[in-house]
Amino acid sequence: MKDCEYQQISPGAAPQPASPGARRPGPAAPPTPGPGPAPPAAPAPPRWSRSGSGSGSGSLGRRPRRKWEVFPGRNRFYCGGRLMLAGHGGVFALTLLLILTTTGLFFVFDCPYLARKLTLAIPIIAAILFFFVMSCLLQTSFTDPGILPRATVCEAAALEKQIDNTGSSTYRPPPRTREVMINGQMVKLKYCFTCKMFRPPRTSHCSVCDNCVERFDHHCPWVGNCVGRRNYRFFYAFILSLSFLTAFIFACVVTHLTLRSQGSNFLSTLKETPASVLELVICFFSIWSILGLSGFHTYLVASNLTTNEDIKGSWSSKRGGEASVNPYSHKSIITNCCAVLCGPLPPSLIDRRGFVQSDTVLPSPSRSDEPACRAKPDASMVGGHP
Amino acid sequence: MATEVHNLQELRRSASLATKVFIQRDYSDGTICQFQTKFPPELDSRIERQLFEETVKTLNGFYAEAEKIGGSSYLEGCLACATAYFIFLCMETHYEKVLKKISRYIQEQNEKIFAPRGLLLTDPVERGMRVIEISIYEDRCSSGSSSSGSSSGSGSSSGGGGGAGSR
Repeated sequence: MKDCEYQQISPGAAPQPASPGARRPGPAAPPTPGPGPAPPAAPAPPRWSRSGSGSGSGSLGRRPRRKWEVFPGRNRFYCGGRLMLAGHGGVFALTLLLILTTTGLFFVFDCPYLARKLTLAIPIIAAILFFFVMSCLLQTSFTDPGILPRATVCEAAALEKQIDNTGSSTYRPPPRTREVMINGQMVKLKYCFTCKMFRPPRTSHCSVCDNCVERFDHHCPWVGNCVGRRNYRFFYAFILSLSFLTAFIFACVVTHLTLRSQGSNFLSTLKETPASVLELVICFFSIWSILGLSGFHTYLVASNLTTNEDIKGSWSSKRGGEASVNPYSHKSIITNCCAVLCGPLPPSLIDRRGFVQSDTVLPSPSRSDEPACRAKPDASMVGGHP
Repeated sequence: MATEVHNLQELRRSASLATKVFIQRDYSDGTICQFQTKFPPELDSRIERQLFEETVKTLNGFYAEAEKIGGSSYLEGCLACATAYFIFLCMETHYEKVLKKISRYIQEQNEKIFAPRGLLLTDPVERGMRVIEISIYEDRCSSGSSSSGSSSGSGSSSGGGGGAGSR
């Protein structure tokens, strides 16, 4: 039955670029399983006659659409697809607000006094750190974390055929896993029913963004994005520099209050500079979690793990009797650090600014393209509804 | 047999797509991008095994070069970190340069080797680097003069039937 559901979805996914309303092909597309083979035939004729007529003359606008406009995941795009963010940006706004308020108050209320009394280096160092933190935060949030595009209809159909050939029993759906050997270690690849593919190693499907993300670390609401292969280094640089910035501000504020309270009452000093007290409170409460997080991620970087693998205990040696080690590790802490933080940065695979290939651009191959891809689902659907 | 006809645009227009073959990734060395060099049986009568393997091996070599971890990639990474990663906004990374080389190579292989045999490679970067997609075209001009003839002769009978019914 599950098998059947999928195959009904697959022809429904095909007209997706043509219909601007249907962003998610899943449950909405094939809701009428009534009279057997009739439904797939019903929507087909208008599409083929439209593409066959050549001129198009359809109700659709002729404006070429970019891929981010039809992107199936739950992401939001800005600036014509150049920037992307996960669905809910509320916590990300809170992060920005906290960092901006604390640093702003520090620059306005503490820096002048400290620069006068101690050295001009304090505001300069704080400015450099703040610039670095903001740059890393924005890059973490607005870059593609390494999203894998979903399989095309043809690729999904070919994979489905392959699965069907291997699994012989008809009743139970065949197992949707595939085992591969990686550096002498058996790794199970799971099939992703949303993206219609076997997830490559270290890839995981983010339920918040509804995308498969390569080298998925975690979905971080604080930065408003998944953390994955393409933005992990930005994320690590962000939390490391943020822990430095927080510690620096904390130390400076304590120094400020101590210097001010020399010769006068400490409580009256607090009343003199209420902003410093606020900074002290924010820094005090955030520094522990930030320091802990940087420490944890330093450990992960050194052992070339992801948070996802660490939580699941994928490579903990207790599992399954035999000792299993992380097959992706380079066996040396320094190499791991360099590979994770300074390795080559892979390109974005979703091509957000590219144009959607519409049916009408290349009429002949796309028309003959459909039946070749649809052949398998159609045939089995007839079989599914006797 | 007209050899001039076989450029890529002509192939797309004059021939009908019969099926597609997908070359999967080879993960035995980890997550580095490599493709299986196993020869798919669907291409058996279309292309020599050696030519196919050579192409895939060359592609694998390019990807290995792109993802190579070493002095130059460390230098690039450290430089990017020192500029608070702003340099990525204006500089083309080594990886992107190699990808351009790969797409040029695929274009060239398509024109020289694959298109004359009725095949077409798709750049893996357009398919999320998961597969090399090889489209197999049935040549209408040479294999069958009428479309119905080619459709009945093609491998998947239901697919050919659907194509004929649309016209």
